[in-house]
Amino acid sequence: MEIVFEVNRYNPETEEGNFYQEFSFPVDHGELEELTVLESLIKLKEEKDGSLTFRHSCGHGSCGSCAMLINGENRLACKTHLIDLVSENETRIKVSPLPGFPVIKDLVVELESFFDQDEEVKPYLIAENGSETEEERLQTPEELGQIQEATECIMCGACTSACPTYWDNKKYLGPGAFVKAFRWERDSRDEGGEERMDFLDDSRGGVWGCNKVFNCEEACPKDIDTVGIIDLLKREALGF
Amino acid sequence: MRTIDHRLLIVGGGAAGLRAAIEADKHVDNLGVISKVRTLRSHSVSAQGGIAASLGNTGDNESDSWKKHLEDTIKGGADLVDRDAGEVLTQNAVENVIELEHMGVPFSRTSMGTLDQRPFGGHSLPRALYAADRTGHAIVYSLYGENVKRGTTFYDEFFVLDLLTEGRSVLGLVAYDIKTGEIVIFRAGAVILATGGPSQVYDLTSSGTASTGDGLAIALRNGIPIEDMEFIQFHPTGLKDKGILITEAARGEGGYLKNDRGERFMKRYEPENMELAPRDKVVRGMQREINEGRGINGENYLHLDLTHLSREKIKRKLPTIRELALDFANIDPVEQSIPVQPMAHYCMGGVPTDIEARVQSKEIGVAWENLYAAGEVACVSVHGANRLGTNSLLEAVTFGKRAGRFAAQQASSSDGVEVDEAVVSKYGSRIESLLENEGSVKVSELRDRLKRIMTEKCGVFRSGEDLKEALNQIYQLQEDYDGKLVVEDSSQKFNTELKMALELGNMLDYSEVIVEAALAREESRGAHFRTDYPERNDSDWLQHSLLHRDSTGEIRHQYREVDT
Repeated sequence: MEIVFEVNRYNPETEEGNFYQEFSFPVDHGELEELTVLESLIKLKEEKDGSLTFRHSCGHGSCGSCAMLINGENRLACKTHLIDLVSENETRIKVSPLPGFPVIKDLVVELESFFDQDEEVKPYLIAENGSETEEERLQTPEELGQIQEATECIMCGACTSACPTYWDNKKYLGPGAFVKAFRWERDSRDEGGEERMDFLDDSRGGVWGCNKVFNCEEACPKDIDTVGIIDLLKREALGF
Repeated sequence: MRTIDHRLLIVGGGAAGLRAAIEADKHVDNLGVISKVRTLRSHSVSAQGGIAASLGNTGDNESDSWKKHLEDTIKGGADLVDRDAGEVLTQNAVENVIELEHMGVPFSRTSMGTLDQRPFGGHSLPRALYAADRTGHAIVYSLYGENVKRGTTFYDEFFVLDLLTEGRSVLGLVAYDIKTGEIVIFRAGAVILATGGPSQVYDLTSSGTASTGDGLAIALRNGIPIEDMEFIQFHPTGLKDKGILITEAARGEGGYLKNDRGERFMKRYEPENMELAPRDKVVRGMQREINEGRGINGENYLHLDLTHLSREKIKRKLPTIRELALDFANIDPVEQSIPVQPMAHYCMGGVPTDIEARVQSKEIGVAWENLYAAGEVACVSVHGANRLGTNSLLEAVTFGKRAGRFAAQQASSSDGVEVDEAVVSKYGSRIESLLENEGSVKVSELRDRLKRIMTEKCGVFRSGEDLKEALNQIYQLQEDYDGKLVVEDSSQKFNTELKMALELGNMLDYSEVIVEAALAREESRGAHFRTDYPERNDSDWLQHSLLHRDSTGEIRHQYREVDT
């Protein structure tokens, strides 16, 4: 089977804007099952065009470097297998940078704003009590269980990049920051409740901007229930 | 010329660098963290199994003590651990992990709500605190948060090219801004190297592509020796063909290793500890099974069997392993065995430091005033010839913290430091020449040749003959790098191919040292196994190797006694 990759190219040093370049290579059935999009991009860079540019590092979904738009969905390139994208009739794979963020080059985006949003929700433990003791604070497995899923976030940006509210309003904190806010705010050791709720409840940037489009949840490579988490934050804002 | 001033600069934003920054912030108010990747992308996030401390929290480990932890560490390290450094590591472990808990790390808990612990290879009692099987990720994210809280300045995607020095004092460093293509001068009163490990010189490795050991090459470039580089740890359970780690905790939780006959073959090699023997022993057992034709279907892999563990236990304690096996091998470990093979994982060696994390090795006259190192790039020698699982995160946190404290105390203001602009033009022209080279050999091609040589000739089993051949082949690669390399991407901004070329230059530089050190050590100890010298030889080799490149470019060997 001949796989055709359509890859976004953009070189900030030239006058031309972005365009899609086609690369094709043959795969047998075994390779089709084995190969990921990231491995394919690496292969293209090494064999066809050394200037093809994308970020990657761990290769197995823990560093969050390689989120991109693959056939219309935000996914991690390292966790996306070709076999899940192509069929007998459709062998084209279109790869673009994450939407909603400025493009630096080819598939690389500027995530500064995404990390700034994260900083705004105070992604750290706020706790006076217990921090000076020589023993651990207690936390039951059930208490930990409440935040466990939210701790899995790898800050890849796929969720916020998929959010229409964010596309429209860059002041909106976005699902990524809400997950992080929840992870710390619901930590049984944390005392930053009101401090964080001030901006989570804010009419422009806060949780009320969520229209439950569920794009973020579909995009999350860690299967975090982002909308459910935002719902819980909304309930908290209402005082439930 | 863009010049940036900081009291203290930390190179690397993984566990060691982030921990250093937190501690340093208590003493100085102007520090910067420079990383060639964005913070949170560093490889520390991939650490899975745990972090060791003799808490004695689980009933079955109440008799644990830092002394037992120390003795296990020394034994696992085949007696090449420096006792003074090992004491610092183990004696402070409880305090250091409690601090992590106080910073919010979501460690897994006992039903009482205390920090849970689980068994790990080479540890005589359950000692590993863990956050499911995402311990590194959990720690790094909390350390990062603490840095956000403290307002640490991050320079993400800056590639450090070299140190700026005067005598044995560091003035700062010169870096390449990947986003703009500019050369930038950073001036500082002290520098901490926390640049991570070199496992990318091997074909199959658990390490991310950023783990190219750049700090080791920076040391060599400045005449600093690197220590014990012959000791490269291979991890027993890499997912077949993929270079993805399957944590030792899978065996800690009761998993078996089996050969093609379904035998738990470790009974032949380590009947007492079986799958939980130290990693060097498990890897050699596996490699022997494979070499003798008992790999699965006669191939070069074996089975990690978790099917006798309950579905609930796998889901709760090893969720990432299940996810990885499902995603990358299409196997559910609840029902089927995971295909695994040994792969390069960790370098016990590195830039020599004292227990204050300062770069020095007094016995051979190396003593830097204001240069520090911590994490995998460093060799304070707590791992000796073979690191125990869960001691690497502990080392990164312990010596990262110490590096932060002592470097901050040492760091004077960088005001008035004169930097020779010739350095900028030197590196500027080096980069220009890489971009303009009209060679024929691609960066990836040369890198793959290096990986193959290192894997085939300097892997789990080594021989003098193979190592000599490897050395000659590396000389050839170094020549090709200088004369034949081509970088196809000629752009200034975000040139990842240029970055790969710079990394490859570093890898070729210290790979020569890895092989030289392995060739010189005519004995077998820990992770270093010589088929032509299969016995351990304490009368000649109970010592650390320190190799540096002299001003003529030759590698020089020195040795020092182990602190016992």
